[in-house]
Amino acid sequence: MGPYLLRRLAAIVPVLAVVVTIVFLLIHLIPGDPVSVMLGPDATPGQIEATRKGLGLDRPIYEQLVGFYGRILRGDLGQSYFLDRPVSQALWERAEPTMVLMLSALVVAIAIGVPSGTVAAACRGSAWDRGLMLISLLGVCIPGFWLSLNFIYFFAVRLGWLPAAGYVSVLTDPAGALRYMVLPAFSLGFNQSALIARISRSCMLEVLQQDYIRTARAKGLSHRAVTWVHAFRNALVPVVTVIGITTAVLIGGAVVTEIVFNIPGLGRLIISAILRRDYPVVQGVVLVTATAYVLINLGVDLLYAMIDPRIRYD
Amino acid sequence: MTEAAVDVLASAAAAGAPAMRPRWLRRLLANRSVVTGALILVAFVLAAVLAGTLSTHNPTRLEPASRLQPPSARHFLGTDEFGRDVWSLVLYGSRVSLLVGVTTMVLTSVGGIAVGLVAGFSRRLDTVVMRVMDGLMAFPAILLAIALMAVRGPGVWNVIFALSVVYMPRTAMLIRSTVLSIRELDYVQAARALGREDAGIAARHILPNCVGPLLVQGSFVFAYAILAEAILGFLGVGVPPYVPSWGNVIASGKNVIREAFWVSLFPGVALTLAGLSLNLLGDGLRDLLDPRLRVQ
Repeated sequence: MGPYLLRRLAAIVPVLAVVVTIVFLLIHLIPGDPVSVMLGPDATPGQIEATRKGLGLDRPIYEQLVGFYGRILRGDLGQSYFLDRPVSQALWERAEPTMVLMLSALVVAIAIGVPSGTVAAACRGSAWDRGLMLISLLGVCIPGFWLSLNFIYFFAVRLGWLPAAGYVSVLTDPAGALRYMVLPAFSLGFNQSALIARISRSCMLEVLQQDYIRTARAKGLSHRAVTWVHAFRNALVPVVTVIGITTAVLIGGAVVTEIVFNIPGLGRLIISAILRRDYPVVQGVVLVTATAYVLINLGVDLLYAMIDPRIRYD
Repeated sequence: MTEAAVDVLASAAAAGAPAMRPRWLRRLLANRSVVTGALILVAFVLAAVLAGTLSTHNPTRLEPASRLQPPSARHFLGTDEFGRDVWSLVLYGSRVSLLVGVTTMVLTSVGGIAVGLVAGFSRRLDTVVMRVMDGLMAFPAILLAIALMAVRGPGVWNVIFALSVVYMPRTAMLIRSTVLSIRELDYVQAARALGREDAGIAARHILPNCVGPLLVQGSFVFAYAILAEAILGFLGVGVPPYVPSWGNVIASGKNVIREAFWVSLFPGVALTLAGLSLNLLGDGLRDLLDPRLRVQ
């Protein structure tokens, strides 16, 4: 496991180098001079020149790229133009709501998806199976942000059961945080639960056709014991892959959900940064989420070995 | 020729008609997912093409006196906060969605084929090209699209550019893996031994084998692009707000959801149906073209 882990960690270095380069190039993709875009049409040539010098944009591009790598390695993501603080500090302050939202959505996606898929496979061809798979097909197609609006309309506006928007920190008021998080978590988690359900069903069906399942049945074990004790764990390995992909997808989905529910997380930070042309913040959010995405995928690969002892990384 | 002979010939032709259909068409028409998906998609294409005829109002004309009216005989799907007719907005919105979806699909396919072939054929370039593709795929798709829109500004063609950059690596990886699996087969080796150049082998022997996976991937890219366009519009970084698009209408409906749920409801239904049609089409094509991947 150790050498494999080292190899995998080494393999993500070039990927992260490409990520950093792309993030660096984002600011250089702006047609024309980014400083003119930042300062607006009223800026004088003197102000533009001073800002260019201050940001180091007057230096050759390879020098700027090397400098950017150096700053990233030191954990320096630059200074926000509008928030009056370092980008890393702004990111840290907004990380909690995004992480809480992602984890809650993941719990919802797994809690709905895995049992639905397993039940559908165990009752293959029944009304349960058809109903659950129809819901999961629709779940894959329904846009999450539109589902959020419908949830707000029914559960907050019409029924008044839950708050329509906002965020309360889990650290200050856990019960209040739960009330505020129910709708966003279900909106974000529902799409992914549909995907997980489809894959879980498919994997369970494959496992249920194996010889050892037939043996278990022949021994007289109950349908429930065969499904949940013998088949479930073995069907779980591919499902973990999907859950890993889901976690990564949730990072992107959280951006949109935060806007709909007015949650002060990284998603709202990047959209407000885009609207105000606060490029260091845009770069920072994109870089951090891409790095998280790569690390999550690595984590999923490592998790395989824990679930399935047949998988060995030598 | 007697009348009886004509009748005999006509009935023989009618009986022979199904058999005359190519086998691939018969298999395609026998697949419920493909047929249902294609029918819904055709309905959207017709709606987009005939938007000028089917719409009852000018979708960009503001009528403050008619704002937030519920669905009625005059406004089939009601009006939005500016008095625009939602039915007309949804019809014209399908034009933007289909334009973005089709163009993104074509661009990602063309770009993916080019990059995938280069990576698959050139061992030297493969590592570099694939690391760049890995890097692009390391970003959550919608976040990279948002970042690209941030630097390029709102606009339909900028949305298409951003989404093509985001989805192209997936197609490139697919083509590369197809090239790698076919490159070593005997008939390709034989073509090489006969003196064919790489470009000739790619065009004559490799690309025809990529059509199947490309069709399946294309239908999913189409679906993702339509959804991503709506998300970008909803976030205010996609097509400009005055252009009728499903995402823009849903975004304007968000502001008035307490008073007028219909503004965001109907474009969302259209978006869901469009996604459903393309997912059904993609699932069906995948089952037909590669039965090993069939979802049980």
